[in-house]
Amino acid sequence: MAATGVTALLTATGCGAADMSKQSSPYANVGGAKSVTLSVQSWVGAQANVAVAQYLLEHKLGYHVDTVQVDEVPAWDALSQGRVDAILEDWGHPEQEQRYVKDKKTITSGGGLGVTGHIGWWVPKYFADKHPDVLDWKNLNKYAKTFKTAESGGKGQLLDGSPSYVTNDKALVKNLKLNYSIVFAGSESAQITQLKQFAKQKKPFLTYWYEPQWLFNQVPMEEVKLPKYTDKCAADGAKDPDSFDCAYPTTPLQKYLNADFAKKGGKAAAFLKKFHWTKKDQNQVSELIASDGMSAQDAAEKWIKAHPDVWKKWLP
Amino acid sequence: MSTTTTRPRTGPDAGASADGTAAAEPRPSLLRTAVGSVTVRKLAVLAVIAAVLIPLAHAKWSGGSWPDALTVDVSGPLGKASDWIIDNRDSHWIFLYFFGHISNVIIIGVRVVYVALLTLGWAGVTAGLTLLAWRVAGVRVAVTTLVSLALSGLLGMWVPTMQTLALMVIAVTASVLIGGLLGLAGGLSEWAFRVLRPVLDTMQVLPAFAYLLPVVMVFGNGVPGAVLATVIYAAPPMARLTALGLRGADAGVLEAVASLGATWRQRLLSARLPLARKELLLGINQTIMMALSMAVIASVIGGGGLGDRVYQALSSVDVGKALAAGLPIVLLAVVMDRTIGSAGERLGEPPAEGGSRLLRGWPAWVGVAVITAAVTVAGRLSGSQTWPGGWTVAIEGPVNQFKEWMVDHLYTGVPVVGGTAEWAANYLKWVLDPLREGLQGIPWYGILLIVAALAWLIGTWATALTATAAMAAIGVLGVWQSSMDTLSQVLAAVVVTLVLGFAIGIWAARSARLERMLRPVLDVCQTMPQFVYLIPVVALFGVGRAPAAAAAIVYALPAVIRITTQGIRNVDPAALESARSLGATQGQQLRQVQLPLARPALLLAVNQGVVLVLAVVVIGGLVGSGALGYDVLFGLAQGDLATGLVAGAAIVCLGLMLDRVTQPTARRDRKGA
Repeated sequence: MAATGVTALLTATGCGAADMSKQSSPYANVGGAKSVTLSVQSWVGAQANVAVAQYLLEHKLGYHVDTVQVDEVPAWDALSQGRVDAILEDWGHPEQEQRYVKDKKTITSGGGLGVTGHIGWWVPKYFADKHPDVLDWKNLNKYAKTFKTAESGGKGQLLDGSPSYVTNDKALVKNLKLNYSIVFAGSESAQITQLKQFAKQKKPFLTYWYEPQWLFNQVPMEEVKLPKYTDKCAADGAKDPDSFDCAYPTTPLQKYLNADFAKKGGKAAAFLKKFHWTKKDQNQVSELIASDGMSAQDAAEKWIKAHPDVWKKWLP
Repeated sequence: MSTTTTRPRTGPDAGASADGTAAAEPRPSLLRTAVGSVTVRKLAVLAVIAAVLIPLAHAKWSGGSWPDALTVDVSGPLGKASDWIIDNRDSHWIFLYFFGHISNVIIIGVRVVYVALLTLGWAGVTAGLTLLAWRVAGVRVAVTTLVSLALSGLLGMWVPTMQTLALMVIAVTASVLIGGLLGLAGGLSEWAFRVLRPVLDTMQVLPAFAYLLPVVMVFGNGVPGAVLATVIYAAPPMARLTALGLRGADAGVLEAVASLGATWRQRLLSARLPLARKELLLGINQTIMMALSMAVIASVIGGGGLGDRVYQALSSVDVGKALAAGLPIVLLAVVMDRTIGSAGERLGEPPAEGGSRLLRGWPAWVGVAVITAAVTVAGRLSGSQTWPGGWTVAIEGPVNQFKEWMVDHLYTGVPVVGGTAEWAANYLKWVLDPLREGLQGIPWYGILLIVAALAWLIGTWATALTATAAMAAIGVLGVWQSSMDTLSQVLAAVVVTLVLGFAIGIWAARSARLERMLRPVLDVCQTMPQFVYLIPVVALFGVGRAPAAAAAIVYALPAVIRITTQGIRNVDPAALESARSLGATQGQQLRQVQLPLARPALLLAVNQGVVLVLAVVVIGGLVGSGALGYDVLFGLAQGDLATGLVAGAAIVCLGLMLDRVTQPTARRDRKGA
């Protein structure tokens, strides 16, 4: 069976055109199993989606599942090329949506995930309890000195995360005239490590963060109110990213499927389209993974055993 | 030669500098005066040039930072190029008939190897590789292989290890073939050598990270891109060492072969290539080591396998998991290094006399094949093809506990020395910040002048020109400020690395026991993927430039220690003996004999230190070092070619400049000739 796979591939090459966008991973489909490739983004919530989907696909529908870790924007590209079959949690990429879903039609929407995402600025609860006025952005400059670190060069530190995340913070700091400098942690793990370390020392911090996120259970945080989100501000910002001066929107997270896979993916595609759960469900799995140190597979299994009422509806 | 992922200036060059030159400096005082006058003359010329050009530059573009008028904005064209590629990737002929086929061949290659490995099953692979190691490298290496493979399985990493192995087999084969052919051209044709050498020298100083974006741009995320980036990164040492080996062949032997009437091809196959055997093997070894280190970095662009496991563990802040995936990489490196090393030594020896005839020649190979096949069948009959699920040991828990414990106890309030948090704050406040402000404060022409002066003093006018042009290119690309930021991080980390490295290296040179104890530690530090220690480093030093510096120091230290130790060990014993007979104390011997005579080795250590530190400071973008490293990450993560490629090019220029400023080989070559 392994040999047939190879011969099939060899015959597929020949001398004609070789379309890169139709080539799958060399590790896929070994052993003749039906296989699905899912993109896992780097944050744990996305790992929870994928782990549960993977477990159900493998144990209830008989698929083999490969996972690849890809950043958000490259994941769209990989999805369009068919190197990945599905993205289960997208935080809104209008430019890519226009290009791949509307123009090229290589990607189709897989419906909502059921979870709404929200990005914002957060301070630890232990600090907000003592200084409740920090929760209004107008008072942030008053606290700039408190949030100073060795890296922020005399200003307050606003800790940002991975370069792959959606952020308007540079424009916000400038347009709201805040005496802060943004320190990019460079990866979510570096940011989490730093936040945990701050929390252990009970130090004040101001960070770009988002929910749903399991870290809230370990480090309770409160959101700082930014100027109200308006459609006009978002529309202006889309034209000129330097003009953002309002809060981040609340985004219903979306699923996307490769167009070919959506048509020919059979039960797997049908299942992934129906996959739909709540923030609470997702957080239960995320926390098992991230704070209890369970492997994603074990965490998914534990959750699945406890909540058949939720996932039974997803099966085609 | 031990496990080394360092850039292989450990070829004949390094050998020469480490053991040859020491004896070749009989009259240091005379030499020094000669050098002195040259130095003065060079400085005078530069001063004149500066006196003419600086007022001009200052009058036209005042201000310290690179003038806007001299920058070229490339973001427009790069953005368009990227759009064009995405729109045409499934229709334009260059993708369908050229890149598409390359990508396809790579996928098929990796898949064939992977399927073969899975078909053999864990039992077959373990038996086959162990027997192979035994045949080519002896019993000890075979045992190492067996233990390493078993450990990879025990760590629960069997399948990712096989994926990495499959990717490595293809990448290394391609690198050795391509590098070998280029090297052959360079070794046989003077013209090709002149063209190739500067290109290869330059490729060796480029941080792996800079290669990723252009490859992703064309091939997208996935295995083909990962393999190609690995080949581009790993082929140069093979080419370089092949060319040097062929050129270094004994002229007398070649003449003798020619006089016997051998044809050109016979001469190549029977004399030149065998004579260059040592360099060829060293080249293959270096290629493998570099390919392994790249295989991890390539996980950022979807390389899969062990690298991907390390990368995924990084994102869930799980040091234990990262270590479990990182260890098989170290083990693979050790096995391949030892196998090729021993095979190389054996090639030189005459075949051993005695012993059973069955253990030599083709019957033994048939035996290997038969046993492997038998074990494979046995393995398949007994059940699982991949490593049995029950036979694994979870090291994650204990490792993470140890990390927590370490962080809790070292982070702050350690008596006398202070905690790591205080170190980080002080390092930033007293070293990095002043240095960065200083570099960003010096006017741009000042920096160019300093670079030109340093490069010229240590090399030739050509090196000075390259270095200055590289710096100017950074300005033209419009990333002067962030490049100075990166440069300040590199310089500060290099100073710490050198101080520590020289101290430990000198100590190890005096104590064989310490050197023996250090060896495995250095091996692990050099081959362990940097991703593994990024997280503990953040926990200890906080997000920012300090953890990047710490990671860079850990990575660069082994090379500096090794070269220093070797350089001091190789100092002519006679010189040391005579110093001792004159009644010099230990300290005097060190200062006045060993260190001056080991000077070439120490300079090489500086050069290696600089190049390695740059490579990691750039990866430090993942832990908040900002500047160029972050820009490359941003480009990769957002598919923003303009930002990423420009930052990548600036890193390349910085690497080039730093290498030229610290590499005295050119002058030495000329003197030697």
